[in-house]
Amino acid sequence: MSTLPSTTDTAPPGAATPGTGPGAPPAPDDPASLKVVPARHYARWVAAVAVIVLVAQFAHGLATNPVWEWGVFGDYVLSETIVQAVWVTLQLTAYATVLGFLLGTVLAFMRLSRSPVLQTVAWTYIWIFRSIPMIVQLVFWFNLSALYEELGFGIPFGPVFWSVDSNSVIGTMGAAIIGLTLHQAAYAAEIVRGGVIAVDHGQLEAAAAQGIPRLRQIRRIVLPQAMRAILPTAGNEIIGLLKGTSVVYVMSIGELFYQVQVIYGRNGRVIPLLLVATAWYVVLTSLLSVAQYYVERRYARGANRTPPPTPIQRARRFLRTLRAAAAQRNQPVIPLKPLGDSR
Amino acid sequence: MSDVMVDVHGVHKSFGPLEVLRGVDLKVRAGEVTVILGPSGSGKSTLLRTINHLEKVNSGWISIDGELIGYRRSGSKLHELKEKDVLKQRTHIGFVFQNFNLFPHLTVLDNLVEAPVSALRRPRKAAEETARRLLDRVGLADKADAYPRQLSGGQQQRVAIARALALEPKVLLFDEPTSALDPELVGEVLDVIKDLAGTGTTMIVVTHEIGFAREVADTVVFMDGGVVVEQGPPAAVLDDPRHERTRAFLSKVL
Repeated sequence: MSTLPSTTDTAPPGAATPGTGPGAPPAPDDPASLKVVPARHYARWVAAVAVIVLVAQFAHGLATNPVWEWGVFGDYVLSETIVQAVWVTLQLTAYATVLGFLLGTVLAFMRLSRSPVLQTVAWTYIWIFRSIPMIVQLVFWFNLSALYEELGFGIPFGPVFWSVDSNSVIGTMGAAIIGLTLHQAAYAAEIVRGGVIAVDHGQLEAAAAQGIPRLRQIRRIVLPQAMRAILPTAGNEIIGLLKGTSVVYVMSIGELFYQVQVIYGRNGRVIPLLLVATAWYVVLTSLLSVAQYYVERRYARGANRTPPPTPIQRARRFLRTLRAAAAQRNQPVIPLKPLGDSR
Repeated sequence: MSDVMVDVHGVHKSFGPLEVLRGVDLKVRAGEVTVILGPSGSGKSTLLRTINHLEKVNSGWISIDGELIGYRRSGSKLHELKEKDVLKQRTHIGFVFQNFNLFPHLTVLDNLVEAPVSALRRPRKAAEETARRLLDRVGLADKADAYPRQLSGGQQQRVAIARALALEPKVLLFDEPTSALDPELVGEVLDVIKDLAGTGTTMIVVTHEIGFAREVADTVVFMDGGVVVEQGPPAAVLDDPRHERTRAFLSKVL
């Protein structure tokens, strides 16, 4: 400190003339005259230019490389076969999501229960079904009739009253749904359990202290709050499942990926048909992401003092400010004063 | 005494090797306000939590209005009650937590309506009417549709008191109701509790507010080391304590 020559400190008052010479201290008596010069990020600019060039190159390739065969893509993307296949994909996703999360919620509460038997069974289930690759499991279910020729209803280990051929009840679609569901349930169980243990213990105590029935405590107090922690991961899982349904092609079910393979097997246009599948998966995932946003928002009620605006509200607000700005700019065009002058 | 509302008899409670309550006896008469004072770790909160069976006792028993809490007696045996029956008993015991524990995802009104509808099977409309009346009583009639996080700490605790009252309990338990509040918010909550004391509600209040104890309590109980050291009218316990430990505690907090 003492080595620095500080002219301003030692100079007698009134002696320093502000703004003289380079690096002179600014006039301390007029802060409004100080100008802020933003820092310049040259490296950032270079990086941005490089990335833009790369992206442009890629987009140019997409548009001009004849291998993509956009014409073929156009022919197939909305064809009846493909739309039907998309519908099968959606069905598989919906069934496996709903049933998987139902079973998963039951498993989660089994793991959280005070009964060591329920805990162990749930833990074992999750352990096994997380260990088996989905595709292996699906093929197992596909060959169910080799494992159990008949499904029966009766006393455990005792006589059977009623039975059917297992292939006739389950069928390929059923086997696929069961396989996806059982796989999904193992993951859903852990997601739900994670959400439940994230809820403050005081919430359960408060519910118990008021005598709220046990099931109602879970449904009305715990689960809605757990949803905040469950939803982001569950969204990931459902999107993963949507794309995961493509492995069902091994069972020759006419979902999107299987149908696309059938078509390019016939006509040899591999690339444009893969593009068809890609486009649909992107569209469906986008729709799920939008749905997720709004569901999350709903369960965030009460979490924030003032909830943030939705993208639509934000867009509306933006348009309103634009309009207001435009109106302001137009004002001088319709001057009010000259009105009196013209008379 | 036939008008004993809360009867705590020889209660012991341990958490693992730590014995928190070492034989507590306490009688609270109907319509009276009992304030429990004592240093941290003296077992005050644990005692309060055993009264509504949030904590099970290791030995001894507790009854409210002549009904054993958490157990059913047949002959010389105490049978543990099922959770369902314990939950039913708890509807007679209002509990106000230090951290409010309001349900953050429900509006203030729904916080008050939930238990009467689901535990007492009241019709929703009647429960809402009661809820609005109670909110008016704690001075928050205009906050019925707000969410708890939109309220100040003092307001949240007043909502929590109204929520406890919504079940029309026989006794109200307060577990350090002002300890989580900023100093300037303590007064509004204590005013509500004082107001309730004036209407003859039976209450047990664990607190560190000595002034409140002096003003409102019918009986002051001083606990230390898991036992009741002394109890009596506030004038006796606070101004002329007989025990050295009470004197030492009061000299520190007054």
